[in-house]
Amino acid sequence: MIITVASGKGGTGKTTVAVNLALSIGPEKLLDCDVEEPNVHTLLHPTEIRTTTVTVPTPVVDQDKCTLCGKCAEFCQFNAIFVGKTKTMVFNEMCHSCGGCAIVCPEDAITETPRPIGKIHESTIDGITLAYGELTIGEPIATTLIHAVKERIVPEKINILDAPPGTACPVIETMKASDFLILVTEPTPFGLHDLSMAVDVVRGLDIPFGVIINRAGIGDDGVEEYCKRDEIPILLEIPFDRQIAELYSRGVPFVQEMPEWHQRFTDMYTHIERLIHNGK
Amino acid sequence: MVNEVAVISGKGGTGKTTVCVALGKIAGNVVMADCDVDAPDVHIILNPSINSAIDFVASKVAVIDENLCTDCGLCEEACRFHAITDSTVDPIGCEGCGVCAHICPENAIEMVERQSGNLYDSDTRIGPLVHAKLLPGEGNSGRLVTEVRKLSTQIATDKGISIVLIDGSPGIGCPVIATVTGIKLGVIVTEPTMSGIHDMQRVSELLQKFRVKTTVIINKYDLNLENTEAIERFCKNNDIEVLGKIKFDPIMTKSMVAAQTLPEFAPDHEISHLLRKVWNRILEMLLE
Repeated sequence: MIITVASGKGGTGKTTVAVNLALSIGPEKLLDCDVEEPNVHTLLHPTEIRTTTVTVPTPVVDQDKCTLCGKCAEFCQFNAIFVGKTKTMVFNEMCHSCGGCAIVCPEDAITETPRPIGKIHESTIDGITLAYGELTIGEPIATTLIHAVKERIVPEKINILDAPPGTACPVIETMKASDFLILVTEPTPFGLHDLSMAVDVVRGLDIPFGVIINRAGIGDDGVEEYCKRDEIPILLEIPFDRQIAELYSRGVPFVQEMPEWHQRFTDMYTHIERLIHNGK
Repeated sequence: MVNEVAVISGKGGTGKTTVCVALGKIAGNVVMADCDVDAPDVHIILNPSINSAIDFVASKVAVIDENLCTDCGLCEEACRFHAITDSTVDPIGCEGCGVCAHICPENAIEMVERQSGNLYDSDTRIGPLVHAKLLPGEGNSGRLVTEVRKLSTQIATDKGISIVLIDGSPGIGCPVIATVTGIKLGVIVTEPTMSGIHDMQRVSELLQKFRVKTTVIINKYDLNLENTEAIERFCKNNDIEVLGKIKFDPIMTKSMVAAQTLPEFAPDHEISHLLRKVWNRILEMLLE
């Protein structure tokens, strides 16, 4: 079972939901796929951490064999290779690791070597197995690292995935193969706009989903009306509460201090199971 | 000479857009550029009238001709993006690299151009706005950001405007790198939470890496004074100026619900005054 928490708009409470849900429903896998800005660990404070490096194949040009014919640069769709008057240069950060340049090189002058782009940290906290990716600062392409984090999914367990914000390729990479998507939003015009964009993406992927309205009460009724009109289930409303905000600021998941929320998250999980079942 | 100033945050939802449009209103004579092409929100507040919409085409997608395909499976094997299954291309997974088309022994695969988004040149009540929208699930957000910046700078040059004010996206990846490369000043909007601090540190490291002058605004600073002090310490140690500290106040959300910038909604509010001071400081820094 894979449940992914996503949002469209950033800062709506994805990580809060993912962590509190995990703490409420028991020992499971929690995977932070927001590798650009992973935050789950700022709420769970892992101590014993195992770290592995993630690499991508990157072309290296043997300048002695290279005849500067330019076929590699012509083939590269990502402007990652530049053939100069005396030398062929590779711009590592632009490279998507498709392997095309090595295939088209008539001189076999291009080989691929592994280049580190980030790390995966793994730890166990209160029975929850946490894995989170950390993209190296300056590296633009997050999807490969997200893919590597997702290799830690254990299908027979409940896996909760914390997605990055937005609707572009890193979000799709995270959502793919999920059984259910929780879209977290806030009741404001920005929240509504970005939610409706996320819904467009999710409908395209054909995955069952529901909405959590976080900070309920701070804005307007737009999100609620939208969900009613489009028949989108509202799974939970978390009111705007200064205590919840302050707990978050200190890095404390609020179910730990407000135990009544345990049951609400557990009930929500039961609701999600039913929605998945009905969908099938 | 056009100076670009970008408001970014690392963590999402810290108040980038609210701060950015307020500064835009205060500035009066800037081109606004919404570089959060993934989830653009500036237009919600500024209600632009669109002068022209341009299709953004930056990549290709593989299309297999069923009549020529022999299901040999070589393309599926060669595709590093796992975008081909049973001789069918998943257009979302396809990065448009062209390896499959190159190796197909039957020449059954063609790379065709695809639209990744739209780019808009607009006018608003506070001045010109360039904004864009990436189509759902598309890659190439970095290239679209670059197009937004190019067009903004062009409009600024044509109209004799000296500043482009950019609303960036959260994160530190491709669209953010495309947003900050070569800009004059970065303004990080952060909040005094553990995650806000963590993400601010990463994005400030990104700005240093690209040698961009870095400043910070602490939003909702009174939510956790201890963390606010930690942010100020970090800034001091890293030679980053804190431009201002904004109190937590529901008026920020209320102005958003009213689709107004804060200085329009509450011109005499203390946060409006604070943001005027922040903008004056930004102007000073641009002259330095």
